[in-house]
Amino acid sequence: MSEIRNYTLNFGPQHPAAHGVLRLILEMDGEVVQRADPHVGLLHRATEKLAESKPYNQSIGYMDRLDYVSMMCNEHAYVLAIEKLLGIEAPDRAQWIRTLFDEITRILNHLMWIGANGLDLGAMTLFLYAFREREQLMDVYEAVSGARMHATYYRPGGVYRDLPEQMPKVAESRFRKASDVQRLNEWREGSMLDFLDQFMTDFFDRVDEYETLLTDNRIWKQRNVGIGVVSPERAKQLGFTGPMLRGSGVAWDLRKKQPYAKYREVDFDIPVGVHGDCYDRYLVRIEEMRQSARIAQQAIAWLRANPGPVMVKNFKVAPPSRGEMKDDMEALIHHFKLFTEGYCVPEGEAYAAVEAPKGEFGCYMISDGANKPFRVHLRAPGFAHLSAMDEMARGHMLSDVVALIGTQDIVFGEIDR
Amino acid sequence: MSAFSSRNQSLAEHIQSTLGERVERLTEHRGQLTLELSPKHWVDACQELRDQDGLEFDQLVDLCGVDYLGYGDDEWETAEATGSGFSRGVDHLGPGRFDWASRPEAENIPNRFSVVVHLLSTDLNQRLRVRCHPEDSDFPTLSSLLDVWSSANWYEREAFDLFGIVFEGHPDLRRILTDYGFIGHPFRKDFPLIGNVTVRYDEERQRVVYEPTEIEPRVLVPRVIRHDSRYLGETTESTTD
Repeated sequence: MSEIRNYTLNFGPQHPAAHGVLRLILEMDGEVVQRADPHVGLLHRATEKLAESKPYNQSIGYMDRLDYVSMMCNEHAYVLAIEKLLGIEAPDRAQWIRTLFDEITRILNHLMWIGANGLDLGAMTLFLYAFREREQLMDVYEAVSGARMHATYYRPGGVYRDLPEQMPKVAESRFRKASDVQRLNEWREGSMLDFLDQFMTDFFDRVDEYETLLTDNRIWKQRNVGIGVVSPERAKQLGFTGPMLRGSGVAWDLRKKQPYAKYREVDFDIPVGVHGDCYDRYLVRIEEMRQSARIAQQAIAWLRANPGPVMVKNFKVAPPSRGEMKDDMEALIHHFKLFTEGYCVPEGEAYAAVEAPKGEFGCYMISDGANKPFRVHLRAPGFAHLSAMDEMARGHMLSDVVALIGTQDIVFGEIDR
Repeated sequence: MSAFSSRNQSLAEHIQSTLGERVERLTEHRGQLTLELSPKHWVDACQELRDQDGLEFDQLVDLCGVDYLGYGDDEWETAEATGSGFSRGVDHLGPGRFDWASRPEAENIPNRFSVVVHLLSTDLNQRLRVRCHPEDSDFPTLSSLLDVWSSANWYEREAFDLFGIVFEGHPDLRRILTDYGFIGHPFRKDFPLIGNVTVRYDEERQRVVYEPTEIEPRVLVPRVIRHDSRYLGETTESTTD
């Protein structure tokens, strides 16, 4: 009898459970994984190098395309790094808007994650439920920036524009019956904040709904409990951040520990896991959605009460309004210089990090005083998480690898950059 | 020691007292501490940063390479421009302006490359940036931090792939982000932005083929350095209406 024991299996890069273009070389002993070697880089676009050849503001749009399910959080880190180097700070209202949209983004991301992870492990319904809510929040993105996903909404010195007075309504079409349109427009009579308020109030029930489908579900537990256990020490060693670290029981959240934007002023809790397995990380993310809705509600209340500027009044960094441009020569010159040459950032280096839905998203920026960054390095949380795949997958069955990819919340836009 | 803000003061003192002469330079910029180490103390100093009380940097958050070739070069002279008008026709300066055939010769300038590490202590809630310049710029090498922090694994592979920095002692130093069989280190400043080869599927040959890149290198906005006084003081223009 031949002595061939290990079998090499090629998982992806075109596998639906690979969440994009992950190529995983698995060395199998029967159905047990002996070694997992992820091959990444199939989506590498050299974002960091491209950013070196463009004025600062022109790269904000690239940030959306990194982790393309948590767009605005990526922008936030990039914009914070520029602001740190310039020594400017966004006005209060802009910071509250950022806080609100960071949390909307977190909900968007976790909905995508729970839908896709559920689908991978055999829970079809949840995907449809999650996308129902996602669609509503995408409309908010669109209302505020004009784009459903790649918003380019955050700018150094604030946000692009203030929140709209009127939430856009859904129109009847070949694909939407009048009854559907009426149901969808029910919340959209008032401003965007009214709509969001309705959504967030309702969202707690929606999260409960997701939980009825999964939390006590026997199959869900069989696929998740005790899978991919990571001890807190190992989680720190492996560079885990975000829900992956909190799932292992480390109460670390940048929003609490190193607050940015207005997180110092909002009230929320950090959920922490106990066992460090996939099921705990699932529970952490579910609770994070509730906490995000809580933060969003507080931000909405503040934004309703306090109108004000959303951009610094510093024409060396932020463009003057169209109106001013047409009356004022000085404003026209500023506008021209900003949109042709951009602004020069003083020499130095800075690292800015935000608590993105997947973990710590950081932006390390070196400026030599030019109108383009000398070097940008983007610290993507998924990169560190995926590098631990080998350690997490060893000794597990092949089907657990799918659960592990799901629990790491892999998105290739940010890993390959 | 008044060079540090009160927030970083005690950390800076801890580092000075623990590492002593191994500290090449310890500076603060924009409220962030940067520690420079020489290559020969790279691993043992990092080990102490992780283990010593008061430092306890248990996480390596980020590691990246930097290529300092062309640092501070601008493509357009602006200081005299008001009198003479702007110069025209800039070429062969930034990576966006040349192709593979006309790429500049790699220069062996001292301290061309550096490896920058961002550390985080979750217990003490403090951050530190550590920088090291590999000695030889033709063949930059540095010891691997893999034994100190496991997360260095892929980050070092990335720095090797993109900058060609070799990490001694790394057990699995393969390319990570670029294509199988890729030539060159794409994030070096003497590597063209448009790249080297184009990949496409050839209908006739029924396979993927590699061809030299055909697009023209071009940059829309020239690189300009302006030495303004406006950022030197406090925020000079008010931030509200």
